[in-house]
Amino acid sequence: MSHWIIVPVVLPALLAPFIVLAARYHIGIQRAFSLGGVLALIACAAGLALQASDGTIMLYQLGDWAAPFGIVLVGDRLSTLMVLLTAVLALFVLLYAIGSGWDDRGRHFHALLQFQLMGIMGAFLTGDLFNLFVFFEVLLIASYGLMIHAGGNARLRAGVQYVLFNLIGSTLFLFALGSIYAETGTLNMADLAVRVAMITPDETVGIRVAAVLLLLVFAIKAAIVPLHFWLPSSYAEAPAPVAALFAIMTKVGAYAIIRVYTMIFPPDLEVTAGLHDLWLQPAALISLAIGMVGVLAARRLDRLVAFSVIGSMGMVMVTISLFTPTGIAAALYYIVHSTLAGAALFLISDLVRSGRGDLELTPQTAMAGTALTAALFFVGAIAMAGLPPLSGFLGKLLVLDAAFGTDLMVWIWVIVLASSLISIVGFARAGSVLFWKAHSVEPSDEAFEAQRPAALSYVAVGGLISLLAAHTIFAGPMHGYTTTIADQLFAPEPYISTVLDTSGKLSKPQKDD
Amino acid sequence: MELLVASAIGIMTAGGLYLVLRLRTFPVILGISLLTYAVNVFLFASGRLTIGAAPVLRDNLTVYADPLPQALVLTAIVISFGMTAVVVMIGLGAFLGSNDDHVDDQPEGHEDRAEDKP
Repeated sequence: MSHWIIVPVVLPALLAPFIVLAARYHIGIQRAFSLGGVLALIACAAGLALQASDGTIMLYQLGDWAAPFGIVLVGDRLSTLMVLLTAVLALFVLLYAIGSGWDDRGRHFHALLQFQLMGIMGAFLTGDLFNLFVFFEVLLIASYGLMIHAGGNARLRAGVQYVLFNLIGSTLFLFALGSIYAETGTLNMADLAVRVAMITPDETVGIRVAAVLLLLVFAIKAAIVPLHFWLPSSYAEAPAPVAALFAIMTKVGAYAIIRVYTMIFPPDLEVTAGLHDLWLQPAALISLAIGMVGVLAARRLDRLVAFSVIGSMGMVMVTISLFTPTGIAAALYYIVHSTLAGAALFLISDLVRSGRGDLELTPQTAMAGTALTAALFFVGAIAMAGLPPLSGFLGKLLVLDAAFGTDLMVWIWVIVLASSLISIVGFARAGSVLFWKAHSVEPSDEAFEAQRPAALSYVAVGGLISLLAAHTIFAGPMHGYTTTIADQLFAPEPYISTVLDTSGKLSKPQKDD
Repeated sequence: MELLVASAIGIMTAGGLYLVLRLRTFPVILGISLLTYAVNVFLFASGRLTIGAAPVLRDNLTVYADPLPQALVLTAIVISFGMTAVVVMIGLGAFLGSNDDHVDDQPEGHEDRAEDKP
């Protein structure tokens, strides 16, 4: 049993209190430790992803307790890929936060960021549903702090909404866990997969309720209509680097849906029949449409980006809800793309904010550093709207291809293509108002004291954009890898046997009577 | 006992939901507290209801209380308690800052709705 798999959880968990306790008043030391921690995290995550890439399933039994009794961490291809994506995203978010000085506008940014990373990593790696709840809470608690970082009335008000909505989500999660435990007597995912399949068809009332409740909880996290209302205000009001990091949080919901509904409630299971194609898919299609209409309707750039995140999550969920190997493979490719593109756009909107003072989509005088910012926005918008040549286009092709021949194919094709057009118009309008109309506005005397964003900010955004380019250039191998991930997800027997058959404490109960 | 526990959970959930659907911070927080009480009792019930049974395995005992839900409830209590404290602080900050304790977005141009009232 290798201990490496727990490092992505333990490392931030140790760094965060260290930063709070030892480096409280020294922003330089905080930055150094935070950056060093994230770099180590990337190295570790890359190592884990490499180790899992041949199909190995890594198991870590906490306290050496055997699986259904103790908590396990499991690293397979999917979770290690998500861990690596989180770590890489965190690096650029951190670079931007340091470059733009966001981390110095309030206290404890770096500590909260590390706690947030700990929660996200743990949610990706855990093999136990209750532990998933705990890691959700860890990442949420940290995100509450990050969300209201640097304060301000609008941000606090959006923070109240965000916290309240997520508290209700957590309560719902507990109800779901309670009913699952009452029905099956276990919360270990692999054990659940075995036991749910054993429930006879006439005793499925409780587990059906639990499956729907659980889907609702993950849909809140993934911001699927009609559970998306928390997202636009919170993401728009959160500090830009935090909003960029939150781009991975909606994907935690998507990950949980993929994990739970391929392993515990697989698509061919009688209990959850109709849940995906009858309910999840139309909801995902509506969120795709609403998100992209929101892009067109938004009057501020940050809300525009927030709605584009809802739209891209809709796209991801449309593909996931097909629950075919090609669908999951396409969804995973698109998840990587939309995380990077969403994060880049949030950072770019902050470049605009620091250049002109606000984000209203109205013609104003030219901002500082307008040429480079405009170019970055152009690339980011192309990526998010799904135009060639970037990976959004390839991702959409994969989505359309995966939907080919399914029942709702006409709807999926029409909505995906129409929403792409709408989002192109929305982004084009925003870009032209922000960058082109600026030249027709006479500078007034009360012009905002614009300052050019720091070079490091551009490095961070450029890094994300170049990752998107790499995601496009290496689309073939990348999609090949997501296909192997999907194959592994649809053949969960090795996962289940690894978790349940590895011996540990209590694995062979002694009968001493 | 089943009837008592079930109706207690149901009434608390109903009351909690009603309060959560209010528009002001204070009732919403109260509602969430009620919901967390309800879910805590619900978690207890998920391990089957027993009275006076030992949670630890021993010889010559046939009736056991399931110890796992108790551990789960403990975790849930700690988390919900902490979260309620956090949301009270953030809500208080938002109220003191903007003199308005609505939890929904106010229409633009009406930022100071609370001050309009006599």
